[in-house]
Parts: sequence; C-alpha cells; structure tokens
Amino acid sequence: MSGEVPLWEVFIRPRNGLSHKHVGSIHAADEVMAVQAARDVYTRRGEGNSIWVVPSKAITASDPAHADENFEPTSDKIYRHPTFYDIPEEVGHM
Amino acid sequence: MYSQGLIGADGRTNETPEFLERFQRRIDAEEKIEPNDEMPEGYRRTLVRQIGQHAHSEIVGMLPEGNWITRAPSLRRKAALLAKVQDEGGHGLYLYSAAETLGVSREEMTEELLDGRAKYSSIFNYPTLSWADIGTIGWLVDGAAIMNQIPLCRCSFGPYARAMIRVCKEESFHQRQGYEIVMTLAQGSPEQKEMAQDSLNRWWWPSIMMFGPHDADSQHSDQSMTWKIKRFSNDELRQKFIDATVPQAEYLGLTIPDPDLKWNEEKGGYDHGPIDWDEFWRVVKGHGPMAKDRIKARKKAWDDGKWVRDAALAHAEKRQARKMAAE
Amino acid sequence: MALFNAVLELADDHLVLGHRISEWCGHAPMLEEDLAMPNMALDLIGTARTLYAYAAQLEGQGRSEDDMAYLRGEREYRNLLLCERPNEDFAHTMLRQLYFAAFMHPYWQTAQASGDAVIAGVAGKAVKEMAYHIRHAGEWVVRLGDGTEESAQRMKDAVEALHAYTGELFEAGATQDVDDLPDRSAIRDQWETTIDDIFAQAGLSRPVVQFPQLGGRDGRHGEGLGHLLAEMQSVYRAHPGATW
Repeated sequence: MSGEVPLWEVFIRPRNGLSHKHVGSIHAADEVMAVQAARDVYTRRGEGNSIWVVPSKAITASDPAHADENFEPTSDKIYRHPTFYDIPEEVGHM
Repeated sequence: MYSQGLIGADGRTNETPEFLERFQRRIDAEEKIEPNDEMPEGYRRTLVRQIGQHAHSEIVGMLPEGNWITRAPSLRRKAALLAKVQDEGGHGLYLYSAAETLGVSREEMTEELLDGRAKYSSIFNYPTLSWADIGTIGWLVDGAAIMNQIPLCRCSFGPYARAMIRVCKEESFHQRQGYEIVMTLAQGSPEQKEMAQDSLNRWWWPSIMMFGPHDADSQHSDQSMTWKIKRFSNDELRQKFIDATVPQAEYLGLTIPDPDLKWNEEKGGYDHGPIDWDEFWRVVKGHGPMAKDRIKARKKAWDDGKWVRDAALAHAEKRQARKMAAE
Repeated sequence: MALFNAVLELADDHLVLGHRISEWCGHAPMLEEDLAMPNMALDLIGTARTLYAYAAQLEGQGRSEDDMAYLRGEREYRNLLLCERPNEDFAHTMLRQLYFAAFMHPYWQTAQASGDAVIAGVAGKAVKEMAYHIRHAGEWVVRLGDGTEESAQRMKDAVEALHAYTGELFEAGATQDVDDLPDRSAIRDQWETTIDDIFAQAGLSRPVVQFPQLGGRDGRHGEGLGHLLAEMQSVYRAHPGATW
C-alpha cells in the first residue's frame, strides 16, 4: 500500500437553527475516521453540535472562467429586489 | 473553499503583461484570490512555498515544547501545555489544507520536509533546556509569530487568510500562557528568576532573527508585498515586536540581553544592537543545534506511522467492498 | 480514609494513563491523531486533577492536587498496572485505551447515582468522555485488526501483551468498604460484552488469562512507573515549595 490518505471537507453547525458551514479539511481513510478527526480537530473549543464530512473529490466546483456568464446576468434584474417597488409610506411596512 | 477542486485543473497561465496587470488590479482592489482562480505561476509557487514552510514550522515546533509536556511542574501547566502543543498541530493541519488547495498534497510537502528540500522556522532548531523555555517560547516566539500572522489574516490568497484567522484566534492564549509562566518564575525563588533570565538570554536573539533578514537583504520581499501576500516588511515587524516586548520584560524585572538597546525618541521606538547574521544563516542552512534531531524525530514518526496509515486505507477498502457485496 | 484511598486510586489511574498518552504528542502516525490523542489525555488529566483535589480535601492535611501527583513515589502510587504499561506502538496504545475506557464508562454510569456529590459530578462529565474514548480507540482496534497483515499481527501482539493486566480492573482495591463508589467486580459482564463486540469486528479473540497481573493497588508496579514518575516529578521536586 502506498496510497495517500484521502482529503475530506468538514462542515460544522455551530448550534441548532443555523446551517452547517465549511470550516476546513482533514485527512481520513474512511467516513467514520473522518467524522472523528473532524471532531478532534475542529470542535476543541465548543465550535458546534453537528458535523458533516464530504470527500473532497466528491465536490464539483463551478469554473471561475465561467463566473461572468454564471453570475453577471443577474446584476440587472433589479426587479427581484423589494426596493425596486415604490409603495407609499402611508401604506406602512410591507 | 478548502476544496481539492484545483487538483487536475489547468494551473498554467498565459502570463502576458495584460494578464499580470489584470491580476494586479484584482489584488490592488483587495479582492481575495481563490484556489481555482487564474493566477501567475510565481504567485502560486510563492504561496505553496510560504504556506508549506509555515505548516512545517508549526509541526516541527511541536517538538521543542513537547519536550516538556512530561515534566511540566504542575497539573494545570501540564494540561495547558498539552493543549497548546495540540493547537500547534492543528495549525499545521489548517495550513497544509490551505496549501493543498493549490494542488500539492500533504504527503508531498511532508516528504519535502523530511528530505530537507523544504525549510521551517529556524527558531525550532534551538533546544529547550529548562521549564522557563516553555514560558519564553510562548512569550517571545509566539509573540513574534503573532506579529507576523495578524497581517497574514488579510493576505490576498483566501484559503491562507482564512487559515490564519483561525490560527490567530486560537493562538491568543499561547502568548498569554507563556508570559504567565515567565511572570510566575520572575516572581518566584532566586533559582526560578535565574531560570527565567537564562532563558530570555538564550531566546532573545533567535526571536529577533525570526523576522528574517533586513529589508535591504531580503530577496522575495518586494514581489510578496506587491501581491499582498505580505503586508509589512521584516524590519517593520521586528521593530513592532521589540517595541511591544521591551516594556513586558521591564515589568518582569528581566534584562534583555542587548547592551545597545535604547529608546529612540525621534523614531518613537527602540534601537537595537547588531544581529549576528552569520549565526542566522548558519541555522537557516540547517546547522542549528537541534536541526538533525528535529528532522530525525519527524521522520521517525512518519516512518513508524506508515503501517498505521496503510492499515487504515486497507480497512477502508475492505469495508467498502463488504458494503458493496451486501447491497 | 477508605474513600480517600479509593479516590486516590482512581486519580492515579487517570493521571498515569493520561501521562502515557501525552508522550505521543508530536509523534503520532498521522497529524489527525496528533490532535486526537491530546484530547484523550486532557480528559484523563482533567479528571485526575478533580480527584486529587478531592482526595486532598478528604485528607484535610493541606496538601494540594500537585502535592498528590508530584510528591508520592512509585510505592505510594496506586494505579492499575494496565495504565502504566508503555506505549510500545499505536496498536498497544489504542488497545490499552479501549480496555480502560470500556471499564470506566459503565463505572461512571453507575457512579452518576452516587451519594457523594463530587463523585457524581465527576461521573457526569467523565461518562461522556469515556464513551468517546471507547469509540475512537475501538474504531482503531477494528481498523488495525482488520487492516493489513502487519497491523493485524501487531494488534494480536498487543492483546497478547496487555490482556493479563485487565483482571485488575475488577479488583475491589480500596473501594471495598466504600458505599459511594460502584462495585468494580459487577462491571465485568458489561466490559466483556463491549470488548467481545469490538474484537469480533477486529478479528481478534479474547484470551483466557491464567495468571493475571496484579499489584498496582498495593504499590507493586512494573519497572516503568518509576521512570515515568522520575521524569514527571523532576522539576517539581528540584524546587521544593516553589510556585509554578
């Protein structure tokens, strides 16, 4: 055996009511080991109450070269935002 | 993201003047560069080298302090030191992860450390000879590291900056525990006070050298500053460190071993005596008193651990196969 | 006095084992374990501190937790021989941890209902820590037992070397006349079930021990403990009365 121990991405939920957030990565041979390693590395100061681990190689990322075509077209669709619409003040908060 | 997405991605860049200019504009606009973004090869190489060195320093740095875990003179100190050395391991781990986003694996970096191709902070090539050294390392070495690391939290490379934010947050207890140790000794018996002074005498100059050569002699500095990997020059950080530390030593009633050290009203900082750069380069080039022992210890841990890592991989494979068979 | 002695026994178990694991720090087989093992050591040392402080309070002679840890010699230490066994390799270390935690977890579970408030308090915290130690060390025992030919052999060697020390876990020791601490012998069934379950997954079998190794509770230790203590106590003893 001369394989490298695979990389995993670690997501922690700081407390109930919040979503899991990416905090970093660890190396582990399998998912059981990965959860334990994530616990031992990333929750030493009470950082959370739930852990997700995902093999790094399972993540597909969008291509930065496509960033313009992916994300620019939304910038002029300002009618998606509430402030686009004028409502008289006397109507109250809406 | 600390994603390995980059591995296998085409890292080549067509470094035309327009490309470099475009990249520099992003840097100047304080945009963070993320792993999959296009970047000049030099930028990538500089980061791999710097983050790798930084990670190795944390890992090798576990050894001099680890040397006193089994002898810590109270259970409270023992627990704190163990937690601190563990943190250093964690910092190494975060940093290796940050470097891994650039397509280099932890195994590769480890091999570079073990065969001498990669460097680490020379300070860890000095021995810890008394309990006071644990205090002094926390106070001076971690203090100097913090000076370096706080500006790195704003480094232009996203994963490095994020790792540094976590590191700095955790490290804030390190310097305090170090100073508290030295303070307890300085206020203790004459032998304890002497232990503290002796330790300061041995660690002061190596700590000052941690900031690297004078700006005029520093080869990589300019480009790193332009790319905002580095935010302050070596001499600026060294000056900040000395100015912060001298009053702390005075408070303890300890003497900094530099007869030329004096306040300079005009510049609003301390002047210090000449640094022994011969010693600096000797230690950087691997002739520090503990250099061979440090690498030997890391190599032993790595070699002795191989059967464990292999077993973990073999078990994972068998488990996977059994799971498939059951389905 | 019986409670004092029993608390001291427990404290010694935790400190000595915690110290042994801390010897790994910076030398683990992979970086993730360099973080995992100090977590276990810190759990154990934390429990030891509370217990030493409690023992000192029960004694009422003005001794501190550190006096308890640093000023008693090897004949005065009362820890289980299992806890002082050397680290040897990662297989030994994980198995030793499993053996200990698989005992202490049910022990603390019972002790949560103790009439002694300090013991019940320690138990409430320690029971969770021990549950994790069983899981972490147990997983490694399975992983190494199942992994490669070499790791399986090392795991078998560890069982061979350490199993004779497990009988001492169930000896009453100073607990004999103490109502507020669990009956140690009553934990055997649960311990065997935990171990058998893990061993089954690891391809290991629990050997029958004909001649158990005993003596820790009477201060009859192996030769290793003296060295461990000499190292641990060196600074403290070189400066009598000093503050650290």
